[in-house]
Amino acid sequence: MATIRHTSRMTEVPQPPHRRRAHTSTRDLERYAGLFAERTTVMRSSAMRDLMAVTARPEVISLAGGLPDTSTFPPESLAAQMSKIAAESAAAALQYGPTEGFDETKDCIVEVMAAEGMLPDPDDIVITTGGQQAIDLVTKTLVDPGDVVICEAPTYPGAVPVFCSYQADVRQVEMDGDGMRIDLLEALLAELKAEGRRPKFIYTVPSFQNPGGVTLSLERRARLVELARRHEILVVEDNPYGMLRYGGEALPPLYQLDGGDFVIYLGTFSKILSPGIRLGWVVAPPPVLEKVVLGKGATDLCTSTLTQFFVRQYFAEGGWKRYVGELVDLYRGRRDTMLEALAEHFPAAATWTEPEGGLFIWATLPEYIDTGDLLAKALRSDVAFVPGQAAYVDGRGKNSMRLNFSGVNDEEIREGIARIGRVIREQVELYEALAPGQGSAAAGPGTPGREAEDLPADAAAEAEDAPAEDAASNVVPLRKEANG
Amino acid sequence: MKVAVLKGGRSLERGVSLRSGARVEDALDRLGHEVVPIDVGADLVKRLRAEQPDVAFVAMHGVGGEDGTAQELLEILGIPFTGPDAAACARSIDKVMAKAAMRAAGIPTPDSFAFTQTAFRDLGAADALTDLEGTLGFPLVVKPSRGGSSLGVKFASAPADVPGALVAAFSYDDRVMLERFVEGREVAVSVLGGEALPIVEAIPAEGDPYDFEARYEIGRTHFVCPADLSPTERSAITDAALATCRALGCEGFARVDLILGADGPWVLEANAIPGLTDTSLLPQAAEAAGMSFEDLVERILHLALSPAGVS
Repeated sequence: MATIRHTSRMTEVPQPPHRRRAHTSTRDLERYAGLFAERTTVMRSSAMRDLMAVTARPEVISLAGGLPDTSTFPPESLAAQMSKIAAESAAAALQYGPTEGFDETKDCIVEVMAAEGMLPDPDDIVITTGGQQAIDLVTKTLVDPGDVVICEAPTYPGAVPVFCSYQADVRQVEMDGDGMRIDLLEALLAELKAEGRRPKFIYTVPSFQNPGGVTLSLERRARLVELARRHEILVVEDNPYGMLRYGGEALPPLYQLDGGDFVIYLGTFSKILSPGIRLGWVVAPPPVLEKVVLGKGATDLCTSTLTQFFVRQYFAEGGWKRYVGELVDLYRGRRDTMLEALAEHFPAAATWTEPEGGLFIWATLPEYIDTGDLLAKALRSDVAFVPGQAAYVDGRGKNSMRLNFSGVNDEEIREGIARIGRVIREQVELYEALAPGQGSAAAGPGTPGREAEDLPADAAAEAEDAPAEDAASNVVPLRKEANG
Repeated sequence: MKVAVLKGGRSLERGVSLRSGARVEDALDRLGHEVVPIDVGADLVKRLRAEQPDVAFVAMHGVGGEDGTAQELLEILGIPFTGPDAAACARSIDKVMAKAAMRAAGIPTPDSFAFTQTAFRDLGAADALTDLEGTLGFPLVVKPSRGGSSLGVKFASAPADVPGALVAAFSYDDRVMLERFVEGREVAVSVLGGEALPIVEAIPAEGDPYDFEARYEIGRTHFVCPADLSPTERSAITDAALATCRALGCEGFARVDLILGADGPWVLEANAIPGLTDTSLLPQAAEAAGMSFEDLVERILHLALSPAGVS
C-alpha cells in the first residue's frame, strides 16, 4: 500500500505519493544555506561537474571513467554462483552481517593479499563498501578539521572530496617517473615539524598511480616506510591496481615492507572482479581498526552480505587468478593501443606517462591549454577525459588530463585519442597565431614525458634519487614547481 | 493538457537542463497535466509527431536548446512552445548579435569586440589585439559568443593573459568577445509576460569576483530578493531589462543579467530560457512576487498558448 504523505498545504486529505514540493524562494535557499555544516562549503559542485553529465551520453567515447571491463566476466558464472547462494544460504545472505565482515570473505582477502606477498592477520581486516568507503572511514577515524593530510600531486580525484569533507589541510607532494618525491616529502615533514604540526597520514597509491600512472620505486618504498616509522606517522597505502601489472618487475607493497605497524592498507575487489559488488577492505593495526569498525557501524552497519557471499562462492571455484590474468592481457593490449595512438595523434608539445599497469595514462599539454575548456571542445567531437584539476586541491593540474584505457575497446581508444589530438592541435595552432613564438614550448610543468629531452635540465638534476638507468627514460617531474 | 517537456540534449548545460526539466515535470504533474518528458536527441521530431502534445515546455539551456534550434523545429511542426520564438532565441544566445541589438536601441552595455577563429588564423587579427586592449583597458573579460553559463568566461588582468583566455573561450564557440569589465553589483531581472519580476542580487560569499564557478551555488553565493536598491536604481535596472527584452524580442519570458555600476546599470546579456532549478534566479524572483513554482509554470504555459497576452 502506498504511503500517505501530507504536504504542508494539505494536512487532512490523504494524497497519492508525490515528489517533494519545490522550494525556491530566496528565503528557502538562505534557510537551507544557514543550516549547512561548515564542511559543505568546501564540497564544490561546479559547471565542470555539469559538463560531466554530457560525457554520459551514449555517442560519447568516454576515456574519463575508471571503469574495469565487466563485460569480460562470464554471465553464466555469475548466474551459477547466485543460484547456489539462493539454494543453499538465502536466509543468511539476505540478513545483516557483522560490521567487520564475514570471516570466510576475509579468507578470500587474505588470498588476494598473499598473491602480492602480504600475510595479514584476518583479525586486522574490516570489509568495506568499496575502496572509496575505506578512504572515507580511515579519514573519519584520523582527521580533525585542520589536520594535515599528505598525498601525491596529482592524487586520486576521488580522494579529494573525502579529504575536503573532513576539512583536512591537504598538502600534495610532487611526483616524477618514480612516484612521490621522497626528498620533497622529507622537506615537507621538516617544515611541518618546525611549525609544530604532525601530519595524520600520508595517502599514496604506490603502484600504477591514479591518475599519474607512475609507480613508486623500490628504493623510495623503503625510504617512505622508514620515514613513517621514524616520524611515527601513518601511511595509507591504496592498492586497487597492484595485480594489474603489464610489464616490469613486481614490487613489494608498503604493507609488506613495513609489516603493518605504520602502514594502513586499502584493497578492493573492484578492479579484479567487479566494482558493482562494492567490496573493499582496510587492514590496520588493531587500535586503529577498532575505531574504523566503530565508524563503519555508524555509517552503514555492515557491508552487503549478499555480495560477500558471492565473493566466497566465486573464490571457492578457484578461478579468480585466471580471470585476473585475462584482464591483465586485455588491458595490456589496450594500454599499448593508447600509447601508440598518443604517439600518432598528440602534438609534439604534449607529454604522457607510460604506465606498467593500472588503468590510467596522465598526459600534460602546453601550459596555456586549460583541459577543462578543452573538454568542452572535445565533447563537441563526442569524446571525454578527466581534466587534471580534479586531481589537485589547489587548482593546479589545469593543463593535464587523465585518460582511461580499460573501459573502452581498441577501436574506441584509437578514435577517441585521434579526436582529442585534433582538438589539441587546433588550440595549439590558434595559440601560435595569437602569441607567435611562444606556443612552441614543450609541455609546461605538469607531467611526465616519454622523453628525457622534454625535461628541463635542472629538473633532471633534482630527481636525485632516480636510478641512473631510468633517468633517460621516464624521470620527468610531474610538476616542477608548487606555484603553477 | 498534454505537455511535452523538452530537456537535456547535447548542450554543455545538459546537467542544469535535466534538473530544470525534472522540476517542471513535477509541477506539471501536480497541476494535473499529462507529462511527456523528452530527453532531446535525434528522435525528437519522431517523438513529437507520435506524442502529439498540446504544447511543448522548453527546459533546455545553452547551444542546441536555447539558441532557436529546437524552437525552429517546433514552429515547423506547429506545436506551441514556451519561451521566446526561434528568432528571439537565436538573437539572445549570441552575445555579439544581442549587443548589436542593444546598442541600436540605446541600451547601455559594456564596450566589446568580437572575433572569429578565422580572423586570428587567416587575417592576422592578433596584431590588432594591442589596440583593442588599449580601448577596453584591463582587466577585461573574454567570453564565448554563445552559451548561457559561466563556462569559458575568463578574466584577463594583463595583456599576457589574453591569448590563453581566447584559446579557452574558443573551446566553446567559433566566435568570442572581449568585453570591458564593469565593476559593480550583480543583479538579474526576470521578465514574464512583458513585466519585470522583483530584482535578484547575487552576492559572492567568498568575495572573489573573478570566480565564476562560485556564482549561483548555494552557500557560496548569497541571494537577496528583492534586492536592496533605491527606487531610482530599481527603475533604471528594470527599464534597461525590459528595453533589452523588447530589443531582442523575448519580452514574454527571459532573464536579463546586469551589473549595477557607479554610473548606472549595464546589461551583460539576456537568457531566453532561464534556469528553473532549485538555485535558479527566475523561480526566486517569482516567489518574491507571490507566485509558487506551480503558479510560475502554469503562467509560462499560459503565455505559450496565448502569446497575445504579452503586452
